[in-house]
Order: sequence, then structure tokens, then C-alpha cells
Amino acid sequence: MNRKFGRLKDTLGFVQIGLSALVTIGILGLILYYILLKGIPNISWGFLTTGFDSEYHGIADILLTTIFIIGITLVIAVPIGVFAAIYLSEYAKQGRIVRIIRFSIESLAGIPSIIYGLFGYIFFVLLLGLKFSLLSGGFTLSILVLPTIIRSTEEALKTVPKSYKEASLALGASRLYTLFKITLPSALSGIMSSVILSVGRIVGESAAVFMTAGMVYRLPGSIMDSGRTLAVHMFASANEGFSFDETWATAAVLVILVAIINLAARLLTRILSKKFSMGKG
Amino acid sequence: MMKKYDIIEINDLNLFYGDTQALKDISVNIKSNSVTALIGPSGCGKSSFLKSLNRMNDLVPIAKTTGEVMLDDKDIFEQGYDIVALRKRVGMVFQKPNPFPFSIYDNVAYGPRVHGVKNKKRLDEIVEKSLKQAALWDEVSDRLKDSAMGLSGGQQQRLCIARVLAVEPGVILMDEPTSALDPIATLKVEDLIHELKKEFTIVIVTHNMQQAARISDETAFFLMGEIIEFEKTSDLFENPKDKRTEDYITGRFG
Amino acid sequence: MQKKKLLKKIASYGVEKLFLLSACVAVLALLVIGVYILVSGLPGMFKIGVGQFLFGEKWSPSEGYYGILTMIIASLAATIGAAVIGVGIGVPTAVFLADIAPKWAVRILRPAVELLAGIPSVVYGYFGLVVLVPFISNTFGGAGNSLLAIIIILGIMILPTIINLSELAIRAVPRSFVEGSLGLGASRMQTFLRVSLPSAKSGITASIILGVGRAIGETMAVILVAGNTPQIPGSILDSVRTLTINIAFEMSYASGIHREALFATGVVLFAIIMILNFTLQAVLNRKAGTRKRRRAGVKPR
Repeated sequence: MNRKFGRLKDTLGFVQIGLSALVTIGILGLILYYILLKGIPNISWGFLTTGFDSEYHGIADILLTTIFIIGITLVIAVPIGVFAAIYLSEYAKQGRIVRIIRFSIESLAGIPSIIYGLFGYIFFVLLLGLKFSLLSGGFTLSILVLPTIIRSTEEALKTVPKSYKEASLALGASRLYTLFKITLPSALSGIMSSVILSVGRIVGESAAVFMTAGMVYRLPGSIMDSGRTLAVHMFASANEGFSFDETWATAAVLVILVAIINLAARLLTRILSKKFSMGKG
Repeated sequence: MMKKYDIIEINDLNLFYGDTQALKDISVNIKSNSVTALIGPSGCGKSSFLKSLNRMNDLVPIAKTTGEVMLDDKDIFEQGYDIVALRKRVGMVFQKPNPFPFSIYDNVAYGPRVHGVKNKKRLDEIVEKSLKQAALWDEVSDRLKDSAMGLSGGQQQRLCIARVLAVEPGVILMDEPTSALDPIATLKVEDLIHELKKEFTIVIVTHNMQQAARISDETAFFLMGEIIEFEKTSDLFENPKDKRTEDYITGRFG
Repeated sequence: MQKKKLLKKIASYGVEKLFLLSACVAVLALLVIGVYILVSGLPGMFKIGVGQFLFGEKWSPSEGYYGILTMIIASLAATIGAAVIGVGIGVPTAVFLADIAPKWAVRILRPAVELLAGIPSVVYGYFGLVVLVPFISNTFGGAGNSLLAIIIILGIMILPTIINLSELAIRAVPRSFVEGSLGLGASRMQTFLRVSLPSAKSGITASIILGVGRAIGETMAVILVAGNTPQIPGSILDSVRTLTINIAFEMSYASGIHREALFATGVVLFAIIMILNFTLQAVLNRKAGTRKRRRAGVKPR
């Protein structure tokens, strides 16, 4: 009796596990179904290559704005993030300072975009007087992607075998020479992957962007102008509800972009891990 | 052949890792153009001793050293001693072959480049000479631009030796260089060591007592951080003076 | 020669300090964010009155009422609901991925989870607006813009976080524990429930805290499906407004005390997030502690 009941419980458990996995797949399937089915047919060459005032209500200006803001963000965040990761993985000794740094990075990673947006608005837009501009957006986003860059660069640096560094030092190379000639080149694909991952975050980000770079639908003339990135455009057109077709098309572009970006990041990481596992023996 | 002299003189060397003492009052001299083997059970301090000779122990934050290691009549632990010059003069080959994930050429050229050689022709010469010295030239001369990771383990280890030779050291430290190799590759490396001692001074840590007997001129037996016996290799293996040495080489412990 | 060496030494010292400085940017950024959120938000909160602000039920800037209780309740309700969905689906899926799934299933499921994690919040929001909201409206009546819609969207959005981290935690359970349990005649399910899940508890807890953090801070996805009415929901079909929505929704036209009240809303959200952060780090540190102890205990000899 008891045993039978136990077996029933086992079966129910497996059913729940199986169902959960199916639901996970199902949700993704449903979302992709809508995006691809409703979005892709509405993506046209004109949609991608013209501005808002054309008959397509195109997103060319918005794509450019997105690229600008990615550029600004990376110029600020990549050096700081990579240097910070180098410090943590190559120089830092266990201690109070490192604990505080790590806590800060983890905390920054946990802060939601809306808080970044609010902070960027208070600090860059109002206090520093940068107004709603690509620069305000870039500064805000640089802080937002910093944890991503630091963490994944550190991961990449850690995959470089200690024996390489030892060999280099034993040949009389300085720590810095070893870093630039051995460690960084060996981890390069991993570092690239961390940069690409952060591009993915910037592309998908909306709350932190519209509160700092604004929502104006135009091609910004300079980095002191406001503008609208793809994700913000997606939000605006969903909120205004002016055209379902175009909004689905924007969604599809957004999802495809992010998927490609993440895939590229993963491929680069795989290249890195392969590099150190081949030719042994 | 050059006349042999004491190239390294070690006086009262003590090494601590935090609270544990890894080396106790080591005082020995290493002769030039000879092979000195360090034997002893695991954890006896022979690798720590080896790493003291080019100050690789500096990489361990809690390591502390007292005593002196006189290389060319200068104490390498003295304040202000040029550690780059030290490591150029005292090269090191590690237990597992550790070529960089570069081409064969770039591996060998790495050291000279570190020390400022930029001339392409000069680098070519150094690479060729070093690979020949390491008895690897014939096997790789037609694929210098290939990745070093594609070489066999034995070839990789000889490449690592060539990489050390390229900076023209006086002394080469080897930390169980054949422990990751198969018997044939091991023999090749042993032959190489035999050749190399004509020009270099070699200090080698080995777990393999036959290897020590085959290749070394002098042997030091380490136990618990101390040198129990340091003799000509033939004497040490045939007539060990200390009971513990005899026990060890006859396989009674360790 | 000597001069060159000295220069090199200075350069190497300088570069090391530059690395340290870059690492400190993270600390500085966190400090500046914290300070400015507080400095801009607290005055408004005191002007309105802390009690009035936190426990006032009425939010009506035009009449001078600034109470965010309805939003605190909505945020908490939405987050708890999302956590229930996220854990209910996410943890079993993680068990599936870590222990049961055949290779081909892993090969489908893992990229799927990654893809889910990559979809931007606005896209989830739009999906909710166009697909989920009409579905709720047709099935249960009402407008469809509701707490329920928020809960479902957030539940989906935190799934990848919970699945990935829980899977890692379950995989980290030593094989010997599982084998020991199976060897005693326990069934696989008993082994999951009594050995794997309890051993992975702190990792799973961490994944849930992270998911909760993500849910409570999410803005753009919920803004599109919430209906945004500041009221205490009587049922899950009622329209609500979360803390995050409040900040994003009215910022563009707010000024004066109204804007300060929005900044103050940010303080409340920031405080909640920092509490979650501290909890998370405490859980993770404890986990690192157990792992160390476990390793020491298992060590041979």
C-alpha cells in the first residue's frame, strides 16, 4: 500500500518535472511564433533603410542612434571594465578592499534598469546639465554594463593556465610584459565575448535609456542631442499603439539582433575554451 | 672544456611558507657544467629548493626566505638584485610541458623579445640555434609557423627547453621535466640533458632514481626540508653514508 | 640604462594603480548612485511625511496626495506571484536539465533558456499587451490589464535566472551524495527531494533572490500590461501600478513636489533592492563556506 503510494508520488514528480520543461519550451515557442510570424513578414528593405518620415516609418535613424549609443558606452566601459577585471584576477590579494570591490560589482549587477535610469536622470541629465542626450545615455549605460564586462572578462582571464604565466616570468619577463604578451592575447576571444555580451544588454535596454537619452524620433546631430534607440522605439510604438505590424517588425529585429549577438558571444567563449584543451599528450 | 667551478653557493638557506618551514639550513655548492640531481620523497622540499634558485617562490605571497644564494658571487636575495637578470641567467623547465598557445617560432622567440631583441634576422638565428641545441630542429624546421600545441608531449617539452636556451642562460633548472612523458620521449630529453651540460649548468628534480643515476654528476638527497646527503652521484648510489639515504635509494620508504 | 629601468618600474607601478583605480570605479559608482538617489529622494519623502508617503493609500498629484502604499503592495504581490511561477516551473526544469534530461533534450532546452534570457523586456511587455492581456480579458472577463498579467510576464522573465542558477547548484551536489542515497534503496525522486535539493538549497535560494530582484525592478514589461491604476488590488484581475511604473510613468511631466515624490519612490525601490543584495551575498557567502567545509571533510587521508 505504502509502496504503491510512494511509486505514485515518484511518477507525479517526474510528470511535474517533464511538464515544467515542456512549459519552458512552450513559452519560448509561443513568443517566437508570434514574433517571427507577425514580425518577419513586415520587415522590408525600406523599413530597415529609411527614416520615420518615409512611407515605411523606417528604423534606419533608430538603428544608427543605437549604434552611436553602443559606441559611446563601450568607449567608456570597456577600458574600465577590462582593467578592473585584470586587477581582480591578476593583482588583487584577498582582503578588505577586494571584498568591497566585489560587493559593489555584485550590487551594481542587481540594481534594476529603472534605478539606473532614475540615477542617470538625476545625475547626468539634471545635475551635470548634460540634458537628455546620447552622452547622458552612454554614461548611464556604461555603469549598467560594467558588472557584465568585469565578470566575464575575469572569467576569461582565469581560463589562461597559470603555467603560461610561470613560464613567461621564468624567462625573465616582467609581470606587465607577461600580462600584455601572454595573458591578454590568450584571453582575447573571451574578452571580446564579454564586450559583445554587453552590446546585447545595451541593445535590449529601454528603461535606463529613455530616462537619460530621451525618446525623440530623429537622427541625433551630435552626442549632446537626444535620440531613440531600438528598444525605446519598440516601447514607444507599443505604448502609442500606432501600428501593430511595425511594432511586431521592430520586435523581430530586436530579438534577432540580440540572438545573433548572444550567439556570437557564446561562439567566442567556446573558441577560448577549445584553445587550451587541444594538442595535449 | 671549461674548468668546473662553483657557480652557485648556497649558505644557510631557510624557506618558510607562512608558519611551516619548507627548507632548513641548506648549504651546498653547485658546480658549473655539470648535472646536479635533487631526489627525495614528495614534499621533501626539493622543488621548493629549485624554485628558490630563480626566486620563483616570490610568486607565493606567504613565502619568506633567509640565508644567501650566491650566483656569480652575488646574493640573489639581496635588496635591489635585478630579478629579470636573474631569470635570464637561470632558466627553468617545468614539470608539465607548457608551451604558449603561439607558433613554434614565437615560443622560442618570446624570451629574446622580452629582453629586447627586435631584429628579425637575429631572431631567426637565435630560434634556429636554440631548436638545434634542443635537438628539435630536424623535426620542426619546416613548420615553424605552426601552433606549438600541435606537437607531441615530448616535442613540447624539448620546445620548452629550446625556449629557455634562447635567452642564453648559464643555469637551467628542471622540475621533473620527464614526469609527464612516455619512456621514448624521456630518453630523448635525457640525451639532450647530457649534451647540454657541455655548455650549461643543470639542476634537475627527479622522482626517478634511475634517471638521477643515469644523467647526473652529483646528487642531493632531500628529506623533510633538509639535505641529508650530497655526493658524487656514483658515490651516493653505491656507498650511501647515511642510513636514510640508503633506505630511500633501495626503496625502503618514500 | 639605470634610468630606463627606473622608468619601467614607474610605468609598471602606474599601470597597476590604474587597474586598481578602474576596479574602484565600481565602488564609486555604487556610492554615487546610492548617495544621489537618497539625496534627491529623501527631502520629498520628509516634505510629504514618511508615514503619509509609505502608508498613504491615495496617489493623486493633482490633489496633492502622494501615498505609495498601493504600489508597494502591487510590487510585492506581483513579485511573490512571479516567484511562485518562476520557482514552480524553474526548479523542476533545472532538475530536469541537471539530472534527468537525455542529451538531445538538453541540446534543445539549454539554448531555449538562453534565448528566453536574451529577449528584451519591452518585447515581453509587447507580447503581454497583444497576446496575454486579450487572453485574460476573454477568459476571465475585465480589461485584461491586471496583476495577473504582470505576474505571468514576470514569472516568465525570471525563469532563465532561476533555471540557470538552480541547475548549477544541483550539478554541484557531489555525486557521492546521490550515489549514497540510491545505494540505500531510495528512489530517484526521493533522492532529488531528500538529497539533491536540500544540498543545493543555498544555490537555489540565491537563484530565487536574484529572480525576485529582477521581478521587483522590472519596468518596461509591466508598464504595458498593468493598467497602471494606483489602487490596492481586490483580486488578481484588477489593474495595478507598481513602484517601477510610478517612476517611469510620470517622470516626463512631473515637476516640483510631484517630481520629488517620484524620486522618493526610487528610494523605496533602491532600499528594497539593496536589502535583497545583502541577503543574496550573505546566502552566497554561506554557500562558499559550506563548500569549503565539505571539501575539507571529503578530502582523503
